[in-house]
Amino acid sequence: MSIDSAKTPFAVTLDVGGSLLNKTGSWRSERPVYVDRLPPCNHACPAGEDIQGWLYHAEEGDYRGAWESLIANNPLPAIMGRACYHPCQQACNRAQLDQAVNIHAVERYLGDLALEEQWPAQIVNPPSGKRVLVIGAGPSGLSAAYHLARLGHSVEIHEAGPLPGGMMRFGIPRYRLPREVVDGEVQRIVNMGVELQLNRRVDDIPKALEDGGFDACFVAIGAHIAKRVDIPGPDAARIVDAVSFLRDMETGDAPLQLGRRVVVYGGGNTAVDVARTAKRLGAEPMIVYRRSRSQMPAHDFEIDEALEEGIVVNWLRTITESDQQGFKIEKMTLDENGWPQPTGEFETIEADSLVLALGQNVDQSILTNLPGVTLNRDGVVEVGADMATAFAGVFAGGDMVPAERTVTVAVGHGKKAARNIDAYLRGETYRPLPKSEVANFETLNTWYYTDAEQKMQPVLDAARRRSTFEEVHTGLDADSALFEARRCLSCGNCFECDNCYGICPDNAITKLGAGKRFEFKYDYCKGCGMCVAECPCGAIVMTPEAT
Amino acid sequence: MTKVPDSEQRVKFYQTGTFTVGNRLLDEAQRTVQASVERANSLDSGHRACQGCGEALGARYVVDAALRAADDQLIAANATGCLEVFTTPYPESAWRLPWIHSLFGNAPAVGAGIAAALRARGREDVRVIAQGGDGGTTDIGMGCLSGVFERNDDVLYVCYNNQAYMNTGVQRSSQTPPAARTATTTVAGSEPGNELNSGKSVPLIAMAHGIPYVATASVNDLHDLEYKVVKAMGFRGARYLEVFVPCPLGWGSRPADTIKVARLATQCGMFPLIEAEYGELTAVTRIRDRRPVEEYLKLQRRFAHVFAPENAHQLEALREIAERNIRRFNLLPNEEAAP
Repeated sequence: MSIDSAKTPFAVTLDVGGSLLNKTGSWRSERPVYVDRLPPCNHACPAGEDIQGWLYHAEEGDYRGAWESLIANNPLPAIMGRACYHPCQQACNRAQLDQAVNIHAVERYLGDLALEEQWPAQIVNPPSGKRVLVIGAGPSGLSAAYHLARLGHSVEIHEAGPLPGGMMRFGIPRYRLPREVVDGEVQRIVNMGVELQLNRRVDDIPKALEDGGFDACFVAIGAHIAKRVDIPGPDAARIVDAVSFLRDMETGDAPLQLGRRVVVYGGGNTAVDVARTAKRLGAEPMIVYRRSRSQMPAHDFEIDEALEEGIVVNWLRTITESDQQGFKIEKMTLDENGWPQPTGEFETIEADSLVLALGQNVDQSILTNLPGVTLNRDGVVEVGADMATAFAGVFAGGDMVPAERTVTVAVGHGKKAARNIDAYLRGETYRPLPKSEVANFETLNTWYYTDAEQKMQPVLDAARRRSTFEEVHTGLDADSALFEARRCLSCGNCFECDNCYGICPDNAITKLGAGKRFEFKYDYCKGCGMCVAECPCGAIVMTPEAT
Repeated sequence: MTKVPDSEQRVKFYQTGTFTVGNRLLDEAQRTVQASVERANSLDSGHRACQGCGEALGARYVVDAALRAADDQLIAANATGCLEVFTTPYPESAWRLPWIHSLFGNAPAVGAGIAAALRARGREDVRVIAQGGDGGTTDIGMGCLSGVFERNDDVLYVCYNNQAYMNTGVQRSSQTPPAARTATTTVAGSEPGNELNSGKSVPLIAMAHGIPYVATASVNDLHDLEYKVVKAMGFRGARYLEVFVPCPLGWGSRPADTIKVARLATQCGMFPLIEAEYGELTAVTRIRDRRPVEEYLKLQRRFAHVFAPENAHQLEALREIAERNIRRFNLLPNEEAAP
């Protein structure tokens, strides 16, 4: 609208108008920018799950969406929601407010729901025409097979054992991981078109590749040769190893004649698994470990649960020999470096049998005809960051390569190997996306989060745990699962709380609508930084303006 | 918008409570006005307020909520001050509603006049808001304001309290807290800054008039603020709302800290959030996470000198103000309150 100068009062030189002509953005020396930081849970997850991402869907009650997002990285959520030692929860920022989000329990809830509803896994790429051989149907092999199938490749798994699952079936006792859960999640992978051949042992990889017309191979045979220690005595038959014991439990092959009093030698999770299994079989197990409790490699909560079930643990003892009545053990003491040293004091424990749970080695017969691939000093196969062995086209992962031996690490290896194999098959190199900066606690504005204590999973009472193989931890109900999901702080990733949009004194933010987040109007943003300060989850940063 | 009792909120919105502006898990109707893409933006972009201005934010919060409550039938009268100067350099204005500026001290009277005119024309649907800073309201406009109150004119008066005359260069007002530095209460002599035992509480004065509704709010608690605006709009007659709005320039705080400063003021007891109807105190917004007064003061250069050993008595006096507020209005969270 123009002004008629003959009719307007004196001193009016400007047209009337709004303030939008005044681009206050020119005042700014720094500008706010939306970012996505890496949540600490995701950073800590050995399987590379986008935990914050799938919780975001679960918060809305969109469990199907949450599960789809979850299995983009991990095909075994129902197993993982039971067997994983959840390093994500150690890293969770919420622990510094009240308690960590019970991610593990929500994962299990989603996994169980998917099995119940029989949600299928999707194949995202068209068929590539390439064939990949996976050796071993443990967590790593299953994960690789799933990811390769998802990427459009044709996959065959050759498993030496009679049933799939590897250590998930033959290592982890059923009171921690019911077998129908393993069966269900394996079946979902088979339903994708993965061919699973049981009782099919591979001794010569190059030959197997040639015979089957495979273009690449992922080896994940695990480590299942029990380490032994020489315990002199008259009756070696009373000494068994943990691997055989736990495997026989599954196959039902050999009658387990452990007797009433069972000594388990070792301090790892396997030792605890054996003792708790023996207890459930009616025996009176005792764990003997040569160092102290704090040095036991077994997870604290597992030791606690074993003690609750009435299992006796004898720390600082070594077993020196066996006789007719039992075993002779020597007391140990810790030196200044924390290593056990013999004291010369001996005692005898009466026992009917001894189970050795002293660790496991890789069966090296798999390396026949693989020139350049050998076991290293630690008895495992060296692989590169891309999980490739020295033999072109052969990749390896899981317990047989240098890493922490957990189901979750194995699943992560499978995924990583699959992505590298996929690139290899296309003649390319897989380049992972650069990782963002971790969203640590200091980047959050925790004022905005309500106090809400963690929902605990119900635990079977100790009396029943002593006699049955029922699952010790039961799942969350639907309400608790939703509650837990909503406890997520969404560290480093916008969850559309509208804070920036609401608190900007200059209306310099456009709300783009559900799921689309926000956008700055740099024409008007003065760069005060209030949006950064008041963002609950640290998803905005100030960056200097170019001068 | 209705206020949900605390106990229900805590069960319902685990992730963020209702402390954030919005929440995608909530029904649209339960989110704040500011969370909506349809908010009026009554005070639009391009205004000339400083970076991080608490008053610009507080005014948009209040007027947007009042507009929604009045179905957009709202007229505003504005006192002289920052809020007028930074929004409306003639002939340009950032306001997007019928808005009138007259003098420094007469905004309450102008509001009363508009209300009288509307009544004469039988326009009950159009509501009136009058607003200004603490100088124009509690000093210069006090006579007009008291007149509106005692006549019970149908005006919602909103005072944006930033505790000094900011527009003219940070001179002391009757709302400047004890010990605070301003251009006229300099840091000099044995009693640096503003005098102890000075100032007045206008909400309590308003309550003494027995008007239908009196409340205090702060820019750090949007839900509380909007609830109070909506509640005020539900009454006819004189209503008074005082909004705590930090001024980064006058207080010497970082622009980014505006909401933090306001939050600490409410959480240490320096600025109590209260409601009163017909002269009777009816509700307080309790402290959620009690913070020491020092934490609030340290973010502001106007209080820097109270941390000098020789001014320890000033710090103590400020602590006592907070303590007194907490006792007087029973501000502690339920579990800490006396049985």
